[in-house]
Amino acid sequence: MKDRSMLLQKEMIAEHFRRLEAAPQTGEKVVYTFVPGNLTELIRSFGALPLLPEINALQSGMRGKSKGYIAEAEKAGHSADVCTYVKADIGMMMSGNIGPTGTKLPPPDLLLLSYTGCYTFMKWFELLREKYQCPTVFLQIPYQGDGTLLPEHRDYVVEQLRQDVIPALEKVTGRPYDEARLRELLALSARAEDDLVAVLHSAKQKPSPIDSYFGGVYYIGPIFSAFRGTPEGVEYYQALREEVEERAAAGEGPMTPSGRLDDQQFRLVVEGPPNWTSFNQFWEMFSDEGAVVVASTYTKVGGTYDFGFRHDPADPLGTLADYCGGCYTNHNLPGRIDMLVEYVRQYQADGFLINSVKSCNSFSAGQLLILREVEKRTGIPGGFIESDLVDPRYFSAANIKNRLESYFQMLRERRRAGGQAASPAAPPAAGRAP
Amino acid sequence: MSPTPDDPTAARARRQQIVAWARDLYEDLDFGSVHRWLAQAPGRKACGYLPVYVPREIIHAAGMLPVGVHGGGSMEIIRGDAYYQSYICHLPRSVVELGLTGRLKCLSAMLFPSTCDVIRNLSGMWQVLEPGTYVRYVDLPQVNEPARAVDFWRGELAHLLRDLSACTGRTVTDEDLWRSVAVYDEQRALVQDLYDARREQPWRIPSEELYLLLRAAEVVPVEEWLPVARDYLSVTAQDPGRPRDNARVVVVGAFCEQPPLGLLKTIERAGCYIVDDDLLLGNRLVQGAVPRDGDPLTCLARALLFQHRESSILYEPDPGAKMRSIPRRVEAARADGVIFAAPSFCDPALLDRPMLREGAEASKIPCIAFKYAENTGQFQQFREQAGTFSDSIKLWLGTRAEREQSAPQGGAR
Ligand code: SF4
Ligand code: SF4
Repeated sequence: MKDRSMLLQKEMIAEHFRRLEAAPQTGEKVVYTFVPGNLTELIRSFGALPLLPEINALQSGMRGKSKGYIAEAEKAGHSADVCTYVKADIGMMMSGNIGPTGTKLPPPDLLLLSYTGCYTFMKWFELLREKYQCPTVFLQIPYQGDGTLLPEHRDYVVEQLRQDVIPALEKVTGRPYDEARLRELLALSARAEDDLVAVLHSAKQKPSPIDSYFGGVYYIGPIFSAFRGTPEGVEYYQALREEVEERAAAGEGPMTPSGRLDDQQFRLVVEGPPNWTSFNQFWEMFSDEGAVVVASTYTKVGGTYDFGFRHDPADPLGTLADYCGGCYTNHNLPGRIDMLVEYVRQYQADGFLINSVKSCNSFSAGQLLILREVEKRTGIPGGFIESDLVDPRYFSAANIKNRLESYFQMLRERRRAGGQAASPAAPPAAGRAP
Repeated sequence: MSPTPDDPTAARARRQQIVAWARDLYEDLDFGSVHRWLAQAPGRKACGYLPVYVPREIIHAAGMLPVGVHGGGSMEIIRGDAYYQSYICHLPRSVVELGLTGRLKCLSAMLFPSTCDVIRNLSGMWQVLEPGTYVRYVDLPQVNEPARAVDFWRGELAHLLRDLSACTGRTVTDEDLWRSVAVYDEQRALVQDLYDARREQPWRIPSEELYLLLRAAEVVPVEEWLPVARDYLSVTAQDPGRPRDNARVVVVGAFCEQPPLGLLKTIERAGCYIVDDDLLLGNRLVQGAVPRDGDPLTCLARALLFQHRESSILYEPDPGAKMRSIPRRVEAARADGVIFAAPSFCDPALLDRPMLREGAEASKIPCIAFKYAENTGQFQQFREQAGTFSDSIKLWLGTRAEREQSAPQGGAR
């Protein structure tokens, strides 16, 4: 039987795509935007609907459609070397723009490009704009090169929201900016965020009632996509939290493709996005070995709530700037290392693993240094595997399974030799927590 | 010393001397010239930067020597590969190799501009790997509306100036800044003159020589480079060589990881004169002189926002501009075709390519495309491709001489 939260999520998504499909008739305006640094509350405060091309790309991957879409895009001249999310999205558009739930997706009324944590986003929307010939608005989010979002950078984001993004939304929707409405939506977001964080923190318990990577990607779905600032979002996270707390109280583990994982042999921290084309098979490689992921960085690409950030209705535009600046890949490499070290310590992990995806320079460039540094600072051996997000040509099941088996074997031997202590070799650097 | 006019032998000798000087600098991966400059006076400091664009005026005004770090060419990579997966371009691994072998110890500061996520993340790697070096990620303005970003970019320039002058212990005045602006204005003008001269007489200025000269500008003080480059222009005018019946091509996409010199030579020897390119683009991203109608930092900020040339590294707010870009460049260079040459795994160049190519094809501009790495050693495949391209252009369009004769004003396509 499916959990209530799962049913709720399914229904929310289906309803969202129904509204998107009907948008050309109903007149609801559609804003294409990206996950990291999305401005969902602001978009919704104008009564518009967000549509996230990355989510479509990953859904295409899970439903076995990305291979064909990528081939379409490559036939049209896109390089084999670049991000496969872009090609899956462009291929889907070239094939009639039928979305993941089988409904036709409307063209954008506005491309809202918030440039957070990834350079490719900029090119992606330049490419879409060529096809859709629709208005585009750009929000530059400065990178945390020095480890923080500097006050002048925060001001710059607020200024752009006021002067560029809000006027663009006003023009497209024909509605004036309504700050009171935005505050209401931000308050809803903060409630859902509290519940999400309680869910993520539950993995500190042994056994962990959740898998924070494979399960985690479902948990973050609504809050990272179209449902921040909605009553449905609040309801979903309440339901999810209740279920997780029940499991925690009963000492039960999460459901996995191998059944319920109560007997947890390894507690892992994972860096990097998952593979979507063989998602369950990939998950099984962990659950079959009794490995549960207790913390992951991928579940922070759309916000680092577990380090304390909440949307703040008292400062509507400032809080959106803080949110955008704080998304995971907008942190510099030392900040990412600190976060991983902190996870290993807080969640008492036995190991940490990097899944390096070919598509994503934003994540992948520098991961081998991250591996060394986290090993050095925690005293825990790291594992490294390679795959891709939605290009099945880069998921070599046998290869990955081999590597994982050797990694788990090494952790087992280490444990037998008495080295299983998860305490970090060195304390995390002070003042680095994002 | 420049030879006297009308002495082609002396001119040829001087040209060879200049090219040899530039080649030595290019091949010296130990940055000997930087070491020599540092040793000339106590307290001198140098500041490195990655491609594509950093405001060198700020480094100069702070009293540091700006040093372009453009990878390691064909150097052997021993440790750098251990930091990068196979699907990441070559440039960062050779930069890491240069760092780990101590060759960049001469740089007290390193700047990483927002060219792409690889260079962005390398900034954080440098913070970890080289803790004694001042490191800054230089977030260029990416905007819909340039006027909105002047304050942001001015703030970034001020921040950088503050930090670099703390490095050198200098108090930088507006006069210092204006002096630096003036000297880089001169350099920009001279680079433009060199490009113009090559466009007009590509046989006079082979791309290999032009490239070496511009690479020299990345490591020697600008004041030292300017007279040499002027000399080069003048001696090549005295001894221009003879035109060949080559096709004229624009090379697009090689703005970050630099192609091996052999690749440029191969393209030209295969029958294609390069008449415009993106190589070392940072030296001419800002076009023309910096305006003088405000304080120097604001003027520098305005120059980038309002006078930058189209490129893959800055957001393009004009929806049709990518499509128009290649026909415009081809027209301006009176070129016959385009070679899209991008580093393997280079997101900015490869993601732009379909848009640029579509624009070229819509205007019926012949194109070919290939990928390279800075350490590519085999050029046979490029020779064949460029040779066939040149032949097909000549076959279909006639030779340039014929076209120029038959065109009403000469030179038009
Ligand atoms: S490069 Fe990475 S972050 Fe950027 S669009 Fe692709 S998958 Fe997303
Ligand atoms: S070659 Fe391309 S991908 Fe590599 S660092 Fe340069 S811009 Fe980035």
